[in-house]
Amino acid sequence: MPSQRGRVAPATAAGRRRYKTRGRVARGHTGTEAHMATFSSAATITDQAVKDPKTGRGSGGTRPPLPGGGGGDRGGGGSSDYGGRLRRTRLGLIVGLVASSMLFVSFTSVYIMRRGLPSLDDRTGAYVSDWLQVNLPTTLLLVNTFLLLLSSLTVELARRQITRQAALAPVRSIPGVSIGKERYFPWLGATVALGLAFLAGQWMAWRELANRGFYMATSPSSSMVYVLTAAHAIHLAGGLLVLLYAGATALQQKAVEDRRIVVDVTAWYWHFMALVWLYIFALLEFVR
Amino acid sequence: MVAQDSHDHDAHGPHGNDPHGHAVHAHAAPTSFIRKYIFSLDHKVIGLQYYFLALTAVFVGMFLSLLMRIHMIWPTANLPLLGHIQPETYLSLLTMHGTIMVFFVLTTAPQGGFGNYFLPIQIGAPDMAFPVLNMLSFWTTFIAFVVILAAFFVTGGAPLHGWTGYAPLSALPSAGPGEQLGADLWIASIAIFCVASLMGALNFITTTLDLRAKGMTMMRMPLTVWAWFITAILGLLAFGVLLSAGILLLLDRNLGTSFYVPLVVVNGQIMGHKGGSPLLWQHLFWFFGHPEVYIAILPGMGVASQLLSTFSRKPIFGYKAMVYAIMGIGFLGFMVWGHHMFMSGMSPYSAFAFSIMTMAIGVPSAIKTFNWLGTIRGGRVRFQTPMLYAIGFVSLFVSGGLSGPFLAQPVLDIPLHDTAFVVGHFHLIMGVAAIFGMFAGTYYWFPKMFGRMMNEKWGRVHFFLTLAGTYAIFMPMHYLGMAAQPRRYSQFTELAYLQHLIPLNTFMTYAAFVTIGAQFIFVINLFWSMFKGPKANDNPWEATTLEWTTATPPPHDNFGGKTPVVYHGPYEYSVPGAPKDFVMQTDPATVTSH
Repeated sequence: MPSQRGRVAPATAAGRRRYKTRGRVARGHTGTEAHMATFSSAATITDQAVKDPKTGRGSGGTRPPLPGGGGGDRGGGGSSDYGGRLRRTRLGLIVGLVASSMLFVSFTSVYIMRRGLPSLDDRTGAYVSDWLQVNLPTTLLLVNTFLLLLSSLTVELARRQITRQAALAPVRSIPGVSIGKERYFPWLGATVALGLAFLAGQWMAWRELANRGFYMATSPSSSMVYVLTAAHAIHLAGGLLVLLYAGATALQQKAVEDRRIVVDVTAWYWHFMALVWLYIFALLEFVR
Repeated sequence: MVAQDSHDHDAHGPHGNDPHGHAVHAHAAPTSFIRKYIFSLDHKVIGLQYYFLALTAVFVGMFLSLLMRIHMIWPTANLPLLGHIQPETYLSLLTMHGTIMVFFVLTTAPQGGFGNYFLPIQIGAPDMAFPVLNMLSFWTTFIAFVVILAAFFVTGGAPLHGWTGYAPLSALPSAGPGEQLGADLWIASIAIFCVASLMGALNFITTTLDLRAKGMTMMRMPLTVWAWFITAILGLLAFGVLLSAGILLLLDRNLGTSFYVPLVVVNGQIMGHKGGSPLLWQHLFWFFGHPEVYIAILPGMGVASQLLSTFSRKPIFGYKAMVYAIMGIGFLGFMVWGHHMFMSGMSPYSAFAFSIMTMAIGVPSAIKTFNWLGTIRGGRVRFQTPMLYAIGFVSLFVSGGLSGPFLAQPVLDIPLHDTAFVVGHFHLIMGVAAIFGMFAGTYYWFPKMFGRMMNEKWGRVHFFLTLAGTYAIFMPMHYLGMAAQPRRYSQFTELAYLQHLIPLNTFMTYAAFVTIGAQFIFVINLFWSMFKGPKANDNPWEATTLEWTTATPPPHDNFGGKTPVVYHGPYEYSVPGAPKDFVMQTDPATVTSH
């Protein structure tokens, strides 16, 4: 009996079946022969299996579990968790983008639904559509699109540059090792400039829309143009702020790994916002 | 100070590869009062902040409901300080009661409060994935709460449009006294709350997916964690939609757009809007609103599962079925929003589809209910206060849930929709059941949070008074509804056909007095026990999950520098051959088969 206590039944199919019956006999489990027999037939498992426990099927736990997790001064050894933090921040970004997407999905459904709704004309008493076709400044918007796609390219170059930097940082810290100097192009600065140019271009497009007589309340179609472009511009401005923050931390000589995480995640965010813009532009252009 | 800062940065070295230079995520235990208790990054402190915010909100909401019940039976009463309640004041009370309860209690306490405190500990993490975001999330919620309370004090007072904010009432400032600045503040508060909830949801999902301890597979997570995780997913998908709806409503109100407002005449004046659709608001609102019901109730289900297993000393009946049932409820929750709109005019085919989907939710709900009963059956049940509340949760879930299939059918919903029947239904299942989940959680986790036990005797008194009281308030509403007592009416005592119902209504108001009085027992017990209760050991309930393996209250990094390793499922009770009748999840050398 006592020798069996240290033994562990592994996650075998037989073990699982016994587990399921346990609830029924819970009341009288203390030491009847039948239960002991069930138990003593369990296999012994090795230390290896204890250290790396079996996971449930389809549980998503096949990835090796994280040690510590929190990182920094509490997990013991900050730099060892750098990869974990990068992965976690990227995961957080994906989750955040799902939330963002829901906002645009929701606006799109309003766009489609409102477009199909008739409106009662108070003079004639007839139902008419009040959805006016917006005369978009397409050329200007194409220029803006080009600027945004270009900024997507520069932010990707910035991301790759800082990835290299971060990868080489441990090598550089070894005394007496020299790997030459890489010339760093200010891709982040270029991205910020292009991003600002895009936002300025969007502002000009708004001014042009107003010149053509399309204000916020002119028609639900023009309202949606403003709402969609403004929602996208606010998202992009948020990305710009983060890029500026990353630049500021570079001036503060913060750890390159930290900056890399910020730049990496913002770059993916930026690409996503470029896609969102292409989607909005297509929606406004082709579903008038 | 500046010199000090630059010195710190220099210490990180020119290449910044110092292993201790990672200040983005990690944080040491704070020492100053403000960093420790106000702008804390510690998920445990943030959890308590959420909890006490919700506790404040629930008393505000309860007070408003009491005023409503008083007004219902004594409509001409002259109340001290408040005077005579006007019909429009009644609508304001209704709106603010609903909004405060749904957002700042039912969404805030179970998820933001208990979820924040115990999700990281139960999966063996030292904190949330993004502590700064977590802090921002709480303070954003706090701002939302301040903004909505401000609506009481502006010109015109609080809005009249109900917690559902139906347009065009909510979209026209000229529609009523509360629809001026008060309504703008209401919408702003909801929008801010949406942002806060999205930040919270992001944190919960990332933490659950990425910060589980070694050995804590998804299928070894306690059902509380599953519930918080699925709730976070629901919040992530639902709050963005409410945010967009709120933005468009603000535009309709303030910039003259016509998303929700058709050609409409107010006081003989044609408004500037035309062509908008009130139904559009309803679709967007209920696309959020129905998942919101599950956001409120799922954490309660998790707590009930956890407690029924622990206090019955038995593994939860059908762990996997429970997990899939939570997922099923979450998924179906997004398919059924139309059942709130049967009265609004809908194609019979859509109504049919929504009706079928709604009744389908009965399947996972029944799986959960029967598994709870199966868990208790044959167990050596310990009837301590947390367990009483868990059983009460199941009771309320069943009695509130059974009226669901009635309302899910358009043909029954149309006569019942605008009556007290619906009020009884959603208060039992979404309101009181979720509140019982919170009470269960409070009595259960109090020793871990504060290191002391709550008073058992007064806990029981509180339980029986609350259970009997809430049933006495909300059960008769089903009957009132079938007798066609309308809801949202500020005054119906004059109506001849409702005269015979006034005694019953009076009884319900007295029951409300008693029930609300009983809540003071709870609050006194809570605060008294915090300072005077008997000291709790680390595992007073002999439970198995990770929060009971650490010190009481848990240290700043939850496990005191150690990293837990998990070997077992969460509900290993009465394992044959084990030395005790429970096996901790972190116990390496003992019997298991999961």
